[in-house]
Amino acid sequence: MTSLSGVTRRSLLASTAALLIAPSASYGETVQGALPWQPDAARPPVQVRPGPWAYFTPEEGGAIEALVDRLIPGDDLSPGGKDTGCAVFIDRQLSSAYGQARGLYMRPPFQEGSPEQGPQSPQTPAQRYRLALAELDKHCKAAFAGKPFRDIPDDQKDKLISGMEKGGVQLGSVSARAFFELLLQNTTEGFFADPVYGGNRDMAAWKMVGFPGARYDYRDWVERHNERYPLPPVGISGRPGWIAQTKG
Amino acid sequence: MARKLPATDVVVIGLGWTGSILANELTDAGLNVVAIERGPWRDTAADFPTTYAQDELRYHIRHDLFLRPAQETFTVRHNVGQAALPMRTWGSFMPPNGVGGGGVHWNAETWRFLPSDFQLRSHLTQRYGAAFLPEDMTIQDWGITYDDLEPYYDRFERLCGTSGRAGNINGQKQAGGNPFEGPRSRDYPTPPQKQPYGPVLFAQAAREMGYSPFPQPSGNLSQGYTNPLGVTIGPCTYCGYCEWFGCGNYSKASPQTTILPVLVRKPNFEARTLCEVIKINLDASGKRATGVTYVDTSGDEWEQPADLVLLCAFQLFNVRMLLLSGIGTPYDPQTGQGVIGRNYSYQVTSSVDAFWNEKNFNPFVASGAIGMCIDEFNGDNFDHGPHGFVGGGYMGAVQTNGRPILGTRVPPGTPTWGAAWKKAIAQNYLSSYGMATHGSCYSYRDVFLDLDPTYKDAHGRPLMRITFDFHQNELRMSQFLTDRVAEVTQKMGPQQIVKRPRTGHYDDTKYQTTHTCGGAIMGTDPKTSALNRYLQSWDVSNLFVTGATAFPQNAGYNPTGTVGALAFWAADAIRNQYMKNPGPLVQT
Repeated sequence: MTSLSGVTRRSLLASTAALLIAPSASYGETVQGALPWQPDAARPPVQVRPGPWAYFTPEEGGAIEALVDRLIPGDDLSPGGKDTGCAVFIDRQLSSAYGQARGLYMRPPFQEGSPEQGPQSPQTPAQRYRLALAELDKHCKAAFAGKPFRDIPDDQKDKLISGMEKGGVQLGSVSARAFFELLLQNTTEGFFADPVYGGNRDMAAWKMVGFPGARYDYRDWVERHNERYPLPPVGISGRPGWIAQTKG
Repeated sequence: MARKLPATDVVVIGLGWTGSILANELTDAGLNVVAIERGPWRDTAADFPTTYAQDELRYHIRHDLFLRPAQETFTVRHNVGQAALPMRTWGSFMPPNGVGGGGVHWNAETWRFLPSDFQLRSHLTQRYGAAFLPEDMTIQDWGITYDDLEPYYDRFERLCGTSGRAGNINGQKQAGGNPFEGPRSRDYPTPPQKQPYGPVLFAQAAREMGYSPFPQPSGNLSQGYTNPLGVTIGPCTYCGYCEWFGCGNYSKASPQTTILPVLVRKPNFEARTLCEVIKINLDASGKRATGVTYVDTSGDEWEQPADLVLLCAFQLFNVRMLLLSGIGTPYDPQTGQGVIGRNYSYQVTSSVDAFWNEKNFNPFVASGAIGMCIDEFNGDNFDHGPHGFVGGGYMGAVQTNGRPILGTRVPPGTPTWGAAWKKAIAQNYLSSYGMATHGSCYSYRDVFLDLDPTYKDAHGRPLMRITFDFHQNELRMSQFLTDRVAEVTQKMGPQQIVKRPRTGHYDDTKYQTTHTCGGAIMGTDPKTSALNRYLQSWDVSNLFVTGATAFPQNAGYNPTGTVGALAFWAADAIRNQYMKNPGPLVQT
């Protein structure tokens, strides 16, 4: 293929430099001659800290705490959804990329399809929570003498959640079933995700099932069949006891 | 309006597995190669180091390493009568993005297809008669044989260091390997990975039933390995963060761990990342590609002229690029004419859940591809005469993805929340196990790809539309395979099993596999294939298209082994034939 023309990087850069109007950074990124490795270029997750709600209003936050505590009730197996941080997890997720549907395909037209075609809502997860929680609040206040969800008895809470799941409860313009599924998905995520995201506090969910977490080497354990792995779980940020305690 | 850059010999679209292989082969042959990749550079230390690679939420649930649907997605419908709607988030498959492509986040199950898979239509017609095949099934021969491809399978396995046990070396059956595999010229580069409890129990039960279980071939390595390029891959630590994750240990075969450290040091190679090719340009005759046009991060358009264009993106993106560039005749499902978008196919998976009271499987001790499999019911390894379907798949106990957000298995009838749900997951996480089948998906006249008339991407160009549903042949096959693996599972002695065959419509919200195939297939006739046997476009002879795009239908195996082999096969054809005499390598 003698007709193939060669071009060196130097000649390419020289010729493109003349063409470029914008600075060379606009050129995408060019990799040539060496791996483009830079020290400290990693993007570790940012530790979620407890504190005021980042997305929810205090009323919404109270309702979510009550909901996650019924989806995952505290018992002798583990603390419940609220105490393991599931509500904090959901709040922080909704105030970040996930809640804003960043990266998802959000172009119109929006139209309902078959269930197998997936969700087609123009609303972001954060918007869906806001609308659904407002409808839930309205529903509870009408049905339980002005009480919000968090103040009704546990057996009534369970009945209501069951109705959302199985179709007996209507939440105005919001699909109760779709909201139930979103809430259950996010609650499960919070319960089992690394504690760095605000849920799974003290790795309670991992301890409950026997998952060792962010460990990275089981070579000695592959062939130890039918034996319980003995070490406690660890998260991306280690675990309590690993980190030096500062004196108060 | 695109500004023209100086010409290069070769432009590669997409720097994943096949782009890396071809770029490395052609730079070795002395050509100047520019690879254009729309995603970012991916690096183990920066993108998935061991300090935080083990993050199920970020990588699996929130799709950190995949393309963002906002950039490009697909519309999906089951048939031409339905309105296609966009996949607004990923579900049944996970399109890759960035350098390394799907090679970064695959599970590394590294299979070869069966010899009969490559001559599927003629083989089945000869054995069962043409009337045995459904009338609307459009399966074809590939135009190559297993024997043609064997040296290139070998090269891909040597590149990756694949861990496995041969079942057939030069026609001699080998104990402990897959007795159904085509003859291989030598054993795997590294021995099989260690096996956890579940696969060992499965193999024991399968052996008692007269089957021949063997370790699944794995691109997560059983030991350290230095490949022919001099790149060293580390041993797998069975951390359990494999599929959908990058490997922090440098122990999963990927372009990063096998090729790129060599490729980027070559003076005649250059990669441009965060640059999206929007079109392959043609000359006035429409028979010759003149290069590509791409958009950089600031939205500026550039024209990169090249003598040879290699379309090496993910399967679905390759087909869309051909359609958007006006290369080849789009497929028309009414007439059956046209080739671009024709013979789209997928993969038909199913599972059996098994529950024990007292066992402990430690499901988190996992790699992408450890497990014990049987191949008695794959391809045409068994007589389909009595069964009324064609195709098959491997099945087995493959220990992967045992993490708790995804992997909590509960017996049927368990509530989805509340105290009873908690109790069930606490009881069953360690003591339940899932067996899997991995079945073929054949091609049909009414299953195809074209451009969507309604929905557009971020650049205002039409999305690709997928018209796909499972056919009765595949659903019957899935029921059969699931019944067979359930029999072995029963023999393992669980208290309860639950069969989960593939049923009903294709559900694009549920993850199945990222093994989308076809749409610009290889073959022997330009009327029924887009590419000749060397992956060269019939219409534009200085364009080659790689990947599972070329599969006329999918076999009952993971596709990457065959994708890698085809890349080496095409590279050899370019080096040894095309470079000496540029032009069509097959005359029509």
